[in-house]
Amino acid sequence: MEAVAMHIANGIINGPVSAIFMVIAVAGLAVCVWRAKADLDDRLAPMAGLVAAFIFAVQMLNFGVLPGVSGHLLGGTLAVILVGPWVGALCVSTVLIVQALVFGDGGLTALGLNITNMALIGAAAAYVLVALLLRVLPKNASGLGATAFIASVIGVVLASQGFVLEYALGGTTDLSLAGVAATLGGVHVLIGVGEGLIAATTVVTVAKVRPDLVYALRAFRKPLEVAA
Amino acid sequence: MSKRVFIVAGLLVALLLAGVASSFASGSPDGLDYAAREGCTFNADDEITGGTCMAQQAKDHEFADGPLADYAFKGIDNEYLATGLSGVIGVLITFAIGGGLFWLLRRRPS
Repeated sequence: MEAVAMHIANGIINGPVSAIFMVIAVAGLAVCVWRAKADLDDRLAPMAGLVAAFIFAVQMLNFGVLPGVSGHLLGGTLAVILVGPWVGALCVSTVLIVQALVFGDGGLTALGLNITNMALIGAAAAYVLVALLLRVLPKNASGLGATAFIASVIGVVLASQGFVLEYALGGTTDLSLAGVAATLGGVHVLIGVGEGLIAATTVVTVAKVRPDLVYALRAFRKPLEVAA
Repeated sequence: MSKRVFIVAGLLVALLLAGVASSFASGSPDGLDYAAREGCTFNADDEITGGTCMAQQAKDHEFADGPLADYAFKGIDNEYLATGLSGVIGVLITFAIGGGLFWLLRRRPS
């Protein structure tokens, strides 16, 4: 089966709330650009381009989570571990902008909503969780993999609840908010497990080949002893 | 592995995933789409026949008629080829835009 549209479409959230989140997204991205400059050097810049391209590719790979329901990577945790929170949020945003402009996926009026949920909430949650988990988990490949997995599950669920907040403020249909939150949260726990497996596999692979290219291992000054 | 080789190898993996593996991805609604459809009934053509759900309010995408809309490729009817081609183009566009942007933003050695 071909990949189909997978982000928030136009019309699901009303105009004023969509506009407010567009402002939030632009402000958030401006902060990311400002902070990303300190991180971006000749080593990180090409890696960041690769991370964006990789997230685009993996987002096309919907995996089944329940009968008749699929999920796909959002990419926030993967990006934060490989290129850091500020550049990572910009990587996910680049993917979302390309998808909206070229692939008709995620409405243009909903772009601020999608960026807020997947890039800003996704990266912020991952940043906090990764920084915390890398300090308490074993300093080896298992610890890094577990960090990626746990941060992915929680990050994906939080991103899904970003939509619930937006729907609460500006949903154009009259549905039970608790029902929407429960449905989305429940299915995103499963999607988060899939995302966690992909993210863990990816970052552990990169750490084995070129540990110096893993931002989280540099930023938290933690030597990684990888048992191959 | 040199950094250049690493980047090229990573890009090849992304191209294979988007160009080949993507055709074998699940076609079921994703988590968000599933939630958006909940509460409505659908006929065999996937048109809403009743109930209340978010998807009822969904408006068409501004670029729904674009050449690569919905990860297809206008003019190519073979689904595998169309999905694969749009995936390859998407990876290259994302790498070019992302890589270019990050290269321009980078700290230059003073």
